[in-house]
Amino acid sequence: MELTSTWYLVLAAILFAIGTVGLLVRRNPLVMFMCVELMLNAVNLTFVTFGAELNDIGGEISVFFVLVVAAAEVVVGLAIIVAIMRRRSGTTADDISVLRG
Amino acid sequence: MMPLAQIAQISFSDKLETPSVDWAGLSPLLVMAATPLFFLTIWSLASPWLPKRTPSIVAALAGIGTIVAAAIQWAQLDGDGTTTLANAFGIDGFSLLLTMLIAVAVTLTSIFAWDYLEREDINSAEFFVLLMLSASGGIVMTGANDLIVLFLGLEVLSIAVYILAAAHLRRFESQEAGIKYFVLGAFASAFLLYGIALVYGATGSTNLGIIRDASAPGVLEDVGLLYGGMALLLVGFGFKIAAVPFHAWTPDVYHGAPSPVVSFMASAVKVGGFAALLRVFWATFGSLADDWAPMIFVLACLSMVLGTVVGIVQDNVKRMLAYSSISHAGFILVGAESATDTGLSAALYYLTAYTFIAIGSFAIISVASPRGDDATTIGDYRGLASRKPALAFGFTVLLLAQAGIPFTTGFLAKFKVIGAAVETESYVLGVIAMLAAVVGAFLYLRIMLAMYTGDDADDAVTGREPIPWSAALTIGITVAFTLFFGIFADPLIDLVNDASPPVLQAAG
Repeated sequence: MELTSTWYLVLAAILFAIGTVGLLVRRNPLVMFMCVELMLNAVNLTFVTFGAELNDIGGEISVFFVLVVAAAEVVVGLAIIVAIMRRRSGTTADDISVLRG
Repeated sequence: MMPLAQIAQISFSDKLETPSVDWAGLSPLLVMAATPLFFLTIWSLASPWLPKRTPSIVAALAGIGTIVAAAIQWAQLDGDGTTTLANAFGIDGFSLLLTMLIAVAVTLTSIFAWDYLEREDINSAEFFVLLMLSASGGIVMTGANDLIVLFLGLEVLSIAVYILAAAHLRRFESQEAGIKYFVLGAFASAFLLYGIALVYGATGSTNLGIIRDASAPGVLEDVGLLYGGMALLLVGFGFKIAAVPFHAWTPDVYHGAPSPVVSFMASAVKVGGFAALLRVFWATFGSLADDWAPMIFVLACLSMVLGTVVGIVQDNVKRMLAYSSISHAGFILVGAESATDTGLSAALYYLTAYTFIAIGSFAIISVASPRGDDATTIGDYRGLASRKPALAFGFTVLLLAQAGIPFTTGFLAKFKVIGAAVETESYVLGVIAMLAAVVGAFLYLRIMLAMYTGDDADDAVTGREPIPWSAALTIGITVAFTLFFGIFADPLIDLVNDASPPVLQAAG
């Protein structure tokens, strides 16, 4: 059986879906971040696959930008989490509900 | 294998071909991006010897500098505009107008933010540095001619605002706002990015010009990927502009975040989001308007109806204005939905008017509340007019403008978007917009009624403290703008009409 690029695209779509569902159902802020990372990396896989299929370097280069942005996002997210945990340790997303929403 | 010496020789002798850079054209962006970086260095070395208010003044000057640079570029614009940096960044009337709006948001916000931060005892130079950096991301979004550049601009804009939303360290609400905005913002970015990847896969490029040519009818055999990408892009933009059903974060974040940050979010972040949406959908996918207009139609209807109806039953002024900002996003989408030149200039006019109205409204909320930034319920606003008549008058003008009353910029804004909908014969959308405008007026009347009744409300706490001159300046400018251009409308209309449609250039 030959692995065509479709396989990779389907895998990326599945990973993206897992990340989406995970973010919606998990309540631990750290796990929610990991789900966002999973979604971003699923996109990276899509970019690389398209880059290889189109024989275009643009797809691979996009991945580097995404990696940098993801790193910057995690730094900020963890800082906010730490600020919250210092006041209330063991916080889950359900506890962060002072504001009705 | 090449010998090492030979490799070194090649890399030195074959000069890398770099794209030409139009430094003058990029000057508005450079002012906004370089000022915070230089300033942070200087401030960390010399802060003991500088006046405490310096960061606020520097940010305001950076905003003014950006406006001036953008105005000069606009005056010198060659035809419709041009692109630079290997067609990654467009310099046209569209991007320069929205750049100016973002710079206005920086200037007006940073003028009144200092006294707020001082009152709440959370003042720091970083607040203003992040404000400027965020604005530079927004400016990148206004001119992005490449989806990856657009994504980078969006992230620079957003990441700085995540921090700003959580900036009030003593209020748990602020941190809650920060984390909610962060999680949903990152979620939305992932969708946007997946959309970019699919569009790239369908068209073979992230350059908007090439995408436009490739998405013209009949060029692509298989449009499934492109349509999937378009839908995901719309989800990503929908989050940033707070359109229903992607609005869930808006009331909580507007409620919890410090008021100056909300004023920046409601103005600059929204301008950035709409700049990207209009550039990608109106300009790039213009030939596919029959396919994406229905999606925008649904978003616009839901935003106007839900923002208005749910906003009326809130009892917190910040949340009411959050829902009203959702309904305003719906009105701007009405302009975008028509996919015509009239629709574009209507949407741009609405954005211009709303930027000033939003900044002024949240500046008033920030000074009306006493220390703590908590007293924002309707009950707290009772009798504000008897304690602070000028403040209540300013708020009244801005609320009437949001309701779309004549002699304010808000009236013409609503008139133009509805006119654009009628012109393209989307009467349903026009009627829904009119109904939403009428029902929405009740929302603003509730706040006004609270301010002008209940003179002897001893328990009402707003407006007990003197208003700092800086906030008075910001509020004065926004109210004057709203009234002046509401009565003498022509200069602003001409300016917006001059903001020619975005220019997209295919690479190569």
